[in-house]
Amino acid sequence: MNNLLLAPAIMVGIGLFFGTVLAIAQRFLKVDEDPRIEATNELLPGTNCGACGQPGCLPFAEKLVAGEIDPGQCTVSSDENLEQIAEYLQVDAGRAEKLVARLRCGGGGLQAHQIAEYRGFEGCRAAAVVSGGGKGCAWGCLGLADCERACTFDAIHMNANGLPQVNMDKCRACPDCVAACPRDLFELVPLNQKLYVQCNIPLAGEAATQLCAVACDACGKCAADAAPGLITMEGNLPVIDYSSGGEPKPDAVFRCATRSIVWLEGEQFQNQESRKAGAV
Amino acid sequence: MKAFRRLRRNFEHGVHPAHHKQQTENLPIQRVPFGKDYIMPLGQHIGIPARAIVTAGERVLRGQMIAEPGGFVSTSLHSPVTGTVKEIGDFRGVDGRFAPAIAIEADAFATQQVDAGTSIDWEAMSQEEFIEAVQMAGIVGMGGAAFPAHVKLSVPDGVRIRSLLINGAECEPYLTTDHRLMLERPEALLEGAEIMRQKLGAEEAVIGIEANKPDAIEIVQKHIQPGAPVRVVPLKVKYPQGAEKMMIKSVFDVEVPAGQLPRDVEVNVNNVGTIVAIADYFLRGMPLIERVVTVAGPGVTYPANLIVPLGTPVRDVVQFCGGLKPGTREIVMGGPMMGRPIASLDVPILKGCSGVLVFTEEQTARRREYPCISCGRCLEACPYFLNPSRLARLSKSRMFDEMKAYNVFDCVECGCCTFSCPSNIPIVQLIRTAKDDLSHRKEPDA
Repeated sequence: MNNLLLAPAIMVGIGLFFGTVLAIAQRFLKVDEDPRIEATNELLPGTNCGACGQPGCLPFAEKLVAGEIDPGQCTVSSDENLEQIAEYLQVDAGRAEKLVARLRCGGGGLQAHQIAEYRGFEGCRAAAVVSGGGKGCAWGCLGLADCERACTFDAIHMNANGLPQVNMDKCRACPDCVAACPRDLFELVPLNQKLYVQCNIPLAGEAATQLCAVACDACGKCAADAAPGLITMEGNLPVIDYSSGGEPKPDAVFRCATRSIVWLEGEQFQNQESRKAGAV
Repeated sequence: MKAFRRLRRNFEHGVHPAHHKQQTENLPIQRVPFGKDYIMPLGQHIGIPARAIVTAGERVLRGQMIAEPGGFVSTSLHSPVTGTVKEIGDFRGVDGRFAPAIAIEADAFATQQVDAGTSIDWEAMSQEEFIEAVQMAGIVGMGGAAFPAHVKLSVPDGVRIRSLLINGAECEPYLTTDHRLMLERPEALLEGAEIMRQKLGAEEAVIGIEANKPDAIEIVQKHIQPGAPVRVVPLKVKYPQGAEKMMIKSVFDVEVPAGQLPRDVEVNVNNVGTIVAIADYFLRGMPLIERVVTVAGPGVTYPANLIVPLGTPVRDVVQFCGGLKPGTREIVMGGPMMGRPIASLDVPILKGCSGVLVFTEEQTARRREYPCISCGRCLEACPYFLNPSRLARLSKSRMFDEMKAYNVFDCVECGCCTFSCPSNIPIVQLIRTAKDDLSHRKEPDA
């Protein structure tokens, strides 16, 4: 019986001893930390996505409390959350412009011409290291959903045409899909920039259109129709300069024979299903 | 005792794929007739791409230099045909990407003769002159990696090369180019070996040949002059016997540490094809403008060993071999273990392309993939003693950074792990994917 009690007694004794040591340490060796950091961290979404440029939410909270950045840099938080943080820290929320991930390619399975069949491991980068997948275009979307897997917020889903459809409400403009795409097709674009070039082929004329039905053939009509200076042709692709002062209008896309420049009211590829290959 | 030493001619791990060489090993090398269009990519070797020195519309002669080296780790290009430069632009390459290349249209009425007989006095050349001459001849490692040969030749001060090891293993299944070269041109091989040996200051030249080519071993041995510092070493038939570090282990029983080069153990390794190209340039004035290619596999009508001018589209080569049989599913450039499938028949034959293999549904059907059962066969197969199963798992969960701790960059993608995996996991592709991601990693701020 004695032996039976001895072991618990020793354990309790050790526990009490170290508990006391810890209690004393807590009392005398305490490091003072700004309690606001912890509180701010609680208000942040806690996804550690890195979209703000910080390694995670806690370092972001530290910088917030130090006043080095605005709460608005966190693109993931909802507006109410940001208001709360701004109120708590007595600073201006400074909400940044809403960004959304856009794909610089419109060539899904129905548009891009297939020259081979890829049968390896499912993944864009895995296909890119093996002859660049099956599509003839060496610059466009591979359609094997690396971005869908990379997205932290479940915002990207491959549509029936094999292109990633970005849910604009869920997209928090973190750079996960930008980093995942082996062809560098995703970019984070302000939501109010509606004129968008949906092609990445640096070829001109027939060389481009024989690879894909929605390829930009560098005809330059969009540049001619838009406000002066708004669209310039660089490397056989139109480049839209929103800072040029010219007002972007849907007029620029009307004469595009291949519909590679688009006017986006909402999500990309919304009515693509109805647009079959060749029916341009 | 001799039999016992034979046993040591070996390296640890590796696999034994069926060699499938019966199809072409007895077929003499043939020359492919000249076609019309030739595409010479500027970056067909490892390192900096070459710089074009011709312009569109210019007439070029067969063997004329058309691109100069873009740096030290770079080499030159020569026109494979007499004709006209059609265009300098982007063309589809073996990796599927478009890369700058020189397109040449052959002159249908030219004789396509190289101005032969301009042998070069290599004995009078200094070490530097010799290295430059090799660079100007455009010679690269012909085993598949296409690493510029002159870079290997230039050893830093204080390092000396004891042995020149000539790689005649040809351990990849189906390929018979080195085998045929050794059978048909043993003199050129030994001439080249002598040039290289003298210029490297090596004591001896060793030719390593896998024991499944007894005819090649015999013929090369017969051509060696008595007293010449050349010997032939038969090697155990095993894949990847032709990987340079494996071969050094087999022949000299020395291991080359990870991250070091053969020259650190006083050896210089060169492929049989490279040595013959050296002999052809220094004794016959012929720069690297054509190479021997094995066209084989169950999907090709007439398998053959061919001399193909560089830049010939695969389409022309396959057409010469009677075309594709019905049911062809995949064309691989290089050997079946390490080669790459091509997505288009318009890609050209490059300096490092030793074979064009045509496979049908039966060989290429993707077998169902099962989860890793931790059997450890890939660990026992990996000649570099990596942990392929762990690397594959990390790659699948996209933990590429962690793979660096498992020495992913020591992997040479020999394919032993994928070959040995009973669960059909595409381990090498997963590793390649990770390497590609790590080397193209975008900075978050960029």
